[in-house]
Amino acid sequence: MNTLFTLAAAATGDGLALGITEGGSWLLRNVWLIPLLPALSFIGILFFGKKMPRGGSELGIAAVGIAFVLALLTGVAWIDHRDNFHGDEVHVAVIQMDDHGAAHGDDHGAGHEPGHPSLAVHRTATWFQTNGVEFTVGTLVDGLAVMMLLVVTLVSLLVHVYSTDYVHGDRRYTHFFAFLSLFSASMLLLVVSENTLQLLCAWELVGVCSFALIGHWWEEKPNSDAALKAFLTNRVGDMGLLVGVTVLFFAAGSALPDRFGSFSIAETNALANSGALSHTTLVVAASCLMAAVMSKSGQFFLHTWLPDAMAGPTPVSALIHAATMVVAGVFMIARMYGVFFEGFQIGGSSINLMAFIGGLTTIVGALLAFVQRDIKKVLAYSTISQLGYMVLALGVGAWTAAVFHLFTHAFFKACLFLGSGSVSHAVHSFDMKSDMGGLRRHMPHTYRTFMIGTVALAGLPPLAGFWSKDEILVGTGGWGLMGGTGGNGAYTLMLGMGMLTAALTAAYMTRCVYLTFFGEFRGHGEPHESGPRITGPLWILAGLAIVAGFFNMPKGFQLAPGSLQERFGHFVEPVAGYFPAISHATPSWSLAIVSTLVVISGITASGWYYFVKVEAASKAAGTSLTELPDGPTTKYPLARMGHTLLSNKYYLDHFYNGVVADGTKGPLARMANRINQDVIDRTVDVVGETAVKAGTVVYEKIDQLVVDGAVNASGRGSSGAGEELRKINSGKVQSYAAILFAAATVLAGILIVLV
Amino acid sequence: MLLNQFLILSAVLFSIGVYGVLARRNGVLVLMSIELILNAVNINLVAFGAFRASVGGEVFALFIIAVAAAEVGVGLAMVLLLYRNRRSIDLTLIDQLRG
Repeated sequence: MNTLFTLAAAATGDGLALGITEGGSWLLRNVWLIPLLPALSFIGILFFGKKMPRGGSELGIAAVGIAFVLALLTGVAWIDHRDNFHGDEVHVAVIQMDDHGAAHGDDHGAGHEPGHPSLAVHRTATWFQTNGVEFTVGTLVDGLAVMMLLVVTLVSLLVHVYSTDYVHGDRRYTHFFAFLSLFSASMLLLVVSENTLQLLCAWELVGVCSFALIGHWWEEKPNSDAALKAFLTNRVGDMGLLVGVTVLFFAAGSALPDRFGSFSIAETNALANSGALSHTTLVVAASCLMAAVMSKSGQFFLHTWLPDAMAGPTPVSALIHAATMVVAGVFMIARMYGVFFEGFQIGGSSINLMAFIGGLTTIVGALLAFVQRDIKKVLAYSTISQLGYMVLALGVGAWTAAVFHLFTHAFFKACLFLGSGSVSHAVHSFDMKSDMGGLRRHMPHTYRTFMIGTVALAGLPPLAGFWSKDEILVGTGGWGLMGGTGGNGAYTLMLGMGMLTAALTAAYMTRCVYLTFFGEFRGHGEPHESGPRITGPLWILAGLAIVAGFFNMPKGFQLAPGSLQERFGHFVEPVAGYFPAISHATPSWSLAIVSTLVVISGITASGWYYFVKVEAASKAAGTSLTELPDGPTTKYPLARMGHTLLSNKYYLDHFYNGVVADGTKGPLARMANRINQDVIDRTVDVVGETAVKAGTVVYEKIDQLVVDGAVNASGRGSSGAGEELRKINSGKVQSYAAILFAAATVLAGILIVLV
Repeated sequence: MLLNQFLILSAVLFSIGVYGVLARRNGVLVLMSIELILNAVNINLVAFGAFRASVGGEVFALFIIAVAAAEVGVGLAMVLLLYRNRRSIDLTLIDQLRG
């Protein structure tokens, strides 16, 4: 018993403080309106979209636009609430285990007491009841949710506007906007979820929408295949989510008196933090949830669906990669952080599953980005790599850094994706090597915004990516040199992985930019700049990619006034019962300088190869080359092997299709065949033969003799009777009357005799 | 007055009626024989009514007379149609319902 239950340390006589409140301003209590708007617009577009002058897109834009304004207002309300709200905090009774393993309930029960600032605003309604167990649906609004609401509505709004030009004249224009709306609604529902069951539903909804949108042009086989792959790969992780949620439900039920279970995110996290849940349970739950994150957020080795998902229209890719879908996994870790923090024992460790998977993914994804011809695939692998960064950050306990990276990444990655869409709009292709090059002269707006996005992604100061990346590197706690210490553990390996990825990111983006915008144009026709509905969103996102980093300048940063330091962390990171007590690393100038140097070295190496060597070779050859004719892959066998390995995506798809799918398919089929032949067929045969024998006996003895005899006899009897009676039926009225009278006479005679 | 004189008269009339219904081939005569049967019944009813000093018998007799009038109307119409279609009212010739 003692090993299973530890004393609930944080649970005092007043019960466990959840860090949530039922109070709060109107806006914070009514955020359900934000997901509702796009959901209504989905229904509206579906039923009336075709009849509208702009095919329903105006309805979608209006709904998401209003949702964005509401999200902004909610953000303002949260900033006030975070520091100035002093309402009641919700407490919940907890079963405590004493040293002898005897459980005793907390008599004081659930209650309220005046709380400290930074309480999340919690609101629920009963969803359904069964057997006295109540399932709720509701909203949990804290800094994380508000930040996600802002990002999702903003990116979604820009993608909507962009799409009106990009998919203009598409045969399923209305359908496309309907699903964009539903996609946004699902993601918004996900980020405000109050309990894991609701989160699971929203999670699945997001999956379905991505399936529909990736397969938007399903007439072509690769597109529908990609949609199926995305859906099925996600199903693998969804099983993990389902199991994890179930485990947590019952685990919470075992720690709460008079409760069967609990889906509540705040309760589950608070119980995990207080130590009321056993470590074993938390490891199992966190691992299951991690599987869901790996599939949804494209972590190595379940990331293979993500590059294929580029088959969808580019605005969808931007939405999937920047604001919805893939960040759902990262969001889920951030939301259930109590469970992960305790489950993986992030504090005071030097390696754990989450950090390692994140670190591996970030390198694996970045390497793959080097060998892609398709500009969108470069960005897709870049997304995988950056998601790995976020998961790594969460794995090392740098919660705020991870969420901040999610925030900045949303802007510059959306900018890059929409930029690649703008390029493909002009050259009608995604192939950088055969159809692009030299586009900087033809598409000045796209070129400039793409460059801003690239620099932000590479992480050069002072653009957005630099700040968030630097915070993650600091947060690993692996930088012991010159004061950059603290954090939750000494994750030196993760620091190395992060550094390596920083160099790789800078290098592959330099390659991508060179192939797309520099050199000479290799495609056909005359490329032209896209319209204002495409360049407008690009510039907005590029602007955000420049300034987003300033929201969270590190503490003690000498160049910024103290009131501007760590604003993002202050308002987004919860200080509440449902959030674990994480420690924060101290920022360090030396680390920032080293990481910047690493980025510059990456750019220099790649730039030297492309801007100097390839450019010179192009001039010599008289055409626009994309690589050196005698490059390292032709000279060195090792480099060639590496290139082949990367080109085949580490043979993971081969592995899944050839080994996993075929490997299970073959033996399964053989086993099924054997069972079929030996067990089922034999049973069927025996049953059949017995049935035939029994049937013969029954037929010959019972059917032929008894039943048929009776039937024939009755037939013959009635036939004979009919023959006899036929004679009476002469058709003559008077003979009938005679019979009638005779009968009446006989009856009268009987009557007289008897009475 | 003895009741049985009326009953004997009624029985004789009934028997003549039954004979007519069964033996005559002429449709009109069969109808007339049915009237005889009905009137035999009427005599019975009236006789019993008088015997028991009750008007019930007369009331029933009046009903039967009214119904008989209707029945004869229908019957004569049928005979008329029969004659039009077959130029004959011989009932022995009408045996289409023979089984």
